[in-house]
Amino acid sequence: MTEPNPESSVGLVTPRIEHFEQAIELDCGVTLDAYDICFETYGTLNAARDNAVLVCHALSGDHHAAGYHSPDDRKPGWWDNCIGPGKPIDTERFFVVCPNNLGGCGGSTGPLAVRPGTGKRYGPDFPIVTVRDWVESQARLADRLGIDTWAAVIGGSLGGMQVLQWAIDFPTRLRHAVVIAAAPRLSTQNIAFNEIARQAIRSDPNFHDGHYYEHDVIPEHGLKLARMVGHITYLSDDVLHTKFGRELRAGKINFGFGVEFEIESYLRYQGESFVGRFDANTYLLMTKSLDYFDPAQAFDGNLTRAVAGCQARFLVISFSSDWRFSPARSREIVRALLDCDHDVSYVDIESDLGHDSFLLPIPQYHKVLASYFRRIEVQA
Amino acid sequence: MNPALLRPEHRLIADWIADGARVLDLGCGDGAFLAELQRDKGVSGYGIEIDPDNIVACIDRGVNVIQANLDQGLSEFDEDSFDYVVMTQTVQAMRFPHLLLDEILRIGREGIVTFPNMGHWKCRLQFARGRMPVTRHLPQTWYDTPNIHMCTLDDFEDLCASRDIAVLERAIVDSQHRAVIGMQLLPNLLAEIAIYRIRRRR
Repeated sequence: MTEPNPESSVGLVTPRIEHFEQAIELDCGVTLDAYDICFETYGTLNAARDNAVLVCHALSGDHHAAGYHSPDDRKPGWWDNCIGPGKPIDTERFFVVCPNNLGGCGGSTGPLAVRPGTGKRYGPDFPIVTVRDWVESQARLADRLGIDTWAAVIGGSLGGMQVLQWAIDFPTRLRHAVVIAAAPRLSTQNIAFNEIARQAIRSDPNFHDGHYYEHDVIPEHGLKLARMVGHITYLSDDVLHTKFGRELRAGKINFGFGVEFEIESYLRYQGESFVGRFDANTYLLMTKSLDYFDPAQAFDGNLTRAVAGCQARFLVISFSSDWRFSPARSREIVRALLDCDHDVSYVDIESDLGHDSFLLPIPQYHKVLASYFRRIEVQA
Repeated sequence: MNPALLRPEHRLIADWIADGARVLDLGCGDGAFLAELQRDKGVSGYGIEIDPDNIVACIDRGVNVIQANLDQGLSEFDEDSFDYVVMTQTVQAMRFPHLLLDEILRIGREGIVTFPNMGHWKCRLQFARGRMPVTRHLPQTWYDTPNIHMCTLDDFEDLCASRDIAVLERAIVDSQHRAVIGMQLLPNLLAEIAIYRIRRRR
């Protein structure tokens, strides 16, 4: 167990839920009449209400970004190394808000929620949500919290895509946009990997077309496979080699199909631990949201035109060994911003840890973030 | 300007830059020059840098910095998108200086380029002794120097002439930023640093 360290941790946190009776019309055409957004906050909103930072989570993330839910928690929130007193997103200065996205399984309305009037969970009938829908719901949460303008909106991977969408959809409601390890849209290869993940889940006999809750089972196998294939894309070839090499668990080849190589054991562990904490229907939704993200589409595929109206200052960060959303994809975003003469800085962090780097406390990465956030002006 | 933070030639360059101009600083270092230009002249623009510590320093100063390797070109920038493209003491470390000059004048209305003059008498003296020059401005030895394409004022001007590049202005300084007696007469012998304002002939 890791002791919550009061010096650098936000400590014990309790998620909050805001209920919205305000109907939201989703991109897919479906209207949700009411929904909940579950979120956590760290730090204090100042009197001027100008120190709020929105953290957008990635595919398998949730609202628990920092601190601990109980003193017995083994691990803190997913971005605890970056959010806290004296950390790059310093909670002594900033009021940090991290919501669970609509369609998620962390407490916001999603497939696990009971559909009004039916007494049954939404399951596979939960509408497909897009990055734009998330941004809209986050803007409503901001209204509810009395935050007119975010000091910054920040996120990595799918979270970075939400940041970009924020800057496009609500140009005056954020002062800084920090887009990390993202892409302006998925590559064909990215979609292909997502489709393998979806097929793994949907072809599991326990999936029951998404109605597995009613059968008291979960498509454990499929979800595990989906996570395994996803996980490979989060790491680089180099880091897999360094961490696991061709090490054999038994020290010798057994001529069988059990776990032999360390990497096999690692992937199975990753898959199994995921099954216990993530819902398969949500996973399907999140991959679809990734596939559909393409803010340039509404502008004839022209990203420059899509970002032309942005007013936020941008910081774009990529990681050298990220092959899921490679540095070249970040540079597409940077180029579009440069074309519009927008304020932007771009940093490519040297790292051999692949896409996962955005979650890790890489010194140069955190130095850049800390410096950037120190420059963000907030009233005392 | 805070002279302690800046290279001697930066002051001269600042005088050449119009208020409110759009400036791209290639190899912008810790961003001090751009920060001063932003404050004193209201310029906007970006620095290009490759060194991780310098990039953090730029962000600390609130200077827009783009991490890029200049040897890989500047394709992310459109034609004529800057009033000035500045490159101080970097051209000599480039793999293809002549191609970078073309890039500078593609994306900038004007280019401002500075470099250490290999024709300076101290360099010539060391050559005459049969040695590669090592000076205050060129402190590295031949095997570990990043400066792989050294030139003299005359060499640079020949290159400009051959590539249809007009020299609009030239300034020359010694390391103390002093005008040395006779410098205008024998620039190629007395200038330690050369500063050129250039433009594409059209």
